[in-house]
Amino acid sequence: MPRRGVSLSKGARAGIVLISFAAAIGLILFGIFGYLRSSPDVVTATQSTSQPNTVNLVMQVDGAVGVGAHPNWVGYWVQDANGVWHQTTLVKVPVNTNVHVTVYEYDSGGALRNPEWAKVSGVSGGQVNLNGTEDAIVNPNSPGNGIAHTFVIPGLNVTVPLYGVNGSVKNFCQTGPCNLSEAHTTTSFAFFSGSSVHSYHWQCFVPCGLGYLEGNGGPMQSLGNMAGFFEVVK
Amino acid sequence: MAKTMNFPTYSSEEGKKHARNIVAIWFVVAVIADLIVWFVYGPHMPPGTMTDQARGAQFDIKVVSVMAVPVLLFLWTFGFYAVAKFRGGKDRAEGYYIKGNVKTQAAWYIITASLVLFLAGFGTYELVLPAGAGGGEGPSPIWRPSTNKLLQVQVIAQQWRFTYRWPQFGGMETTSINLPINTEIQFNVTSLDVIHDFWAYQLGVKADANPDSNNVAFAKTLETGRFTVRCDELCGIWHGAMFNYGHVVSQSQFLSWAQSMEAQNASVTKLLPKYATTYTPSYLGAGGGYYPAGDPNGTLN
Ligand SMILES: [Cu+2]
Ligand SMILES: [Cu+2]
Repeated sequence: MPRRGVSLSKGARAGIVLISFAAAIGLILFGIFGYLRSSPDVVTATQSTSQPNTVNLVMQVDGAVGVGAHPNWVGYWVQDANGVWHQTTLVKVPVNTNVHVTVYEYDSGGALRNPEWAKVSGVSGGQVNLNGTEDAIVNPNSPGNGIAHTFVIPGLNVTVPLYGVNGSVKNFCQTGPCNLSEAHTTTSFAFFSGSSVHSYHWQCFVPCGLGYLEGNGGPMQSLGNMAGFFEVVK
Repeated sequence: MAKTMNFPTYSSEEGKKHARNIVAIWFVVAVIADLIVWFVYGPHMPPGTMTDQARGAQFDIKVVSVMAVPVLLFLWTFGFYAVAKFRGGKDRAEGYYIKGNVKTQAAWYIITASLVLFLAGFGTYELVLPAGAGGGEGPSPIWRPSTNKLLQVQVIAQQWRFTYRWPQFGGMETTSINLPINTEIQFNVTSLDVIHDFWAYQLGVKADANPDSNNVAFAKTLETGRFTVRCDELCGIWHGAMFNYGHVVSQSQFLSWAQSMEAQNASVTKLLPKYATTYTPSYLGAGGGYYPAGDPNGTLN
């Protein structure tokens, strides 16, 4: 029998195997929980001072959010009651409430993959106010602008197309958070939060994850960018 | 003389008596169970009775269950009988030693093998028959309904929602789906991006939604009610939210729904590409429209 340089007892070898196994599991769990813990802020919509049963929500969509692990990805910033912007798509609204939304859109647009999403639905009055005009449909084929993103909560049947900025304007916002002195479109609308406590997912139907499979990877599948939740609470 | 272990064994007469008992108990239990499976549980088996496809699937599941339940019950009967009768007792410390028996083993192999082969044949036969038409037959279906009066419903899957196009109603597109009763439906299932799966559970329809492919499925509606549409092919973050509910309604209710949708949608229908069996997203990059295959930028029409 060949001689070994070091000979360890059975118990010692079993101990080494067990300890390295535990260390590996620990490392994996550390990674998973570290990933799960990092979640964008949750912003609570601001109670309206002038209207009952109404909350206000101010958001902006930027071509590049400017912060976080992927500053070049498209995404949303949401304003809290103190006027502070948070880079997130997680919003809390009360039940049985009219949610008044204002979206400042700073990204360039184009034609829709599915023009169906050009049609406004699920909002009060069936129309959105785009730059001061009421619209039931937003033209996705307008040269230079088109639609940049769509704000869609499938569970509440809300669809709002967001008109794009012409990408060649001088004051185009290169990186977020953008401010109103830069080129933007303004869309405002209201929808009803419904009578049930529920977490509604919302998403964009413009495959805006450039460079990802079918445009639907990356920001399209990331909370804080083009994927989010509307938490309807008591 | 070598000393052998002396297990108590049955005489062949005793063995035959036990075999007859086991078979008799099993037979009674299996007949009762099969009657319950077929007549009591059967009518409630998935996917229900809303369409001919659902009924076909339910019939198949009933047949498979009625064949399988006696096999399971035979094992249980044998097991319980052995525990009760072959155990050790006052006159012996050990239970009985069960020896192999060529005839019994051969019978077991032959019976279970023919059951499995029968079910394979039955399943194949049922798939070729109309009962398989809800499963998505690809672009050129081997089975077509005898009638030419088909309601055409195009199912367009996209990340992460289904929309429906209705070529017989001006090519409109809707986010909801209603179907008229007593109508043969042709589902044309396709996708604008990755692979999804259109699963209209209670309709007995389940067809993969592949980009650049028209997967045809048929079903005839026979009962009114609500059905669930679910994506059944993991397709990304909101795959779990990719579902909606549809309704089978009376023919007049359907017609008034479809006509009002057609009117409501007129403005957006104008923006849609020409109706086609498959579409190719634009080569222009993110967004950019979907067009009939072979016309990726919509410049040919
Ligand atoms: Cu987007
Ligand atoms: Cu899907």
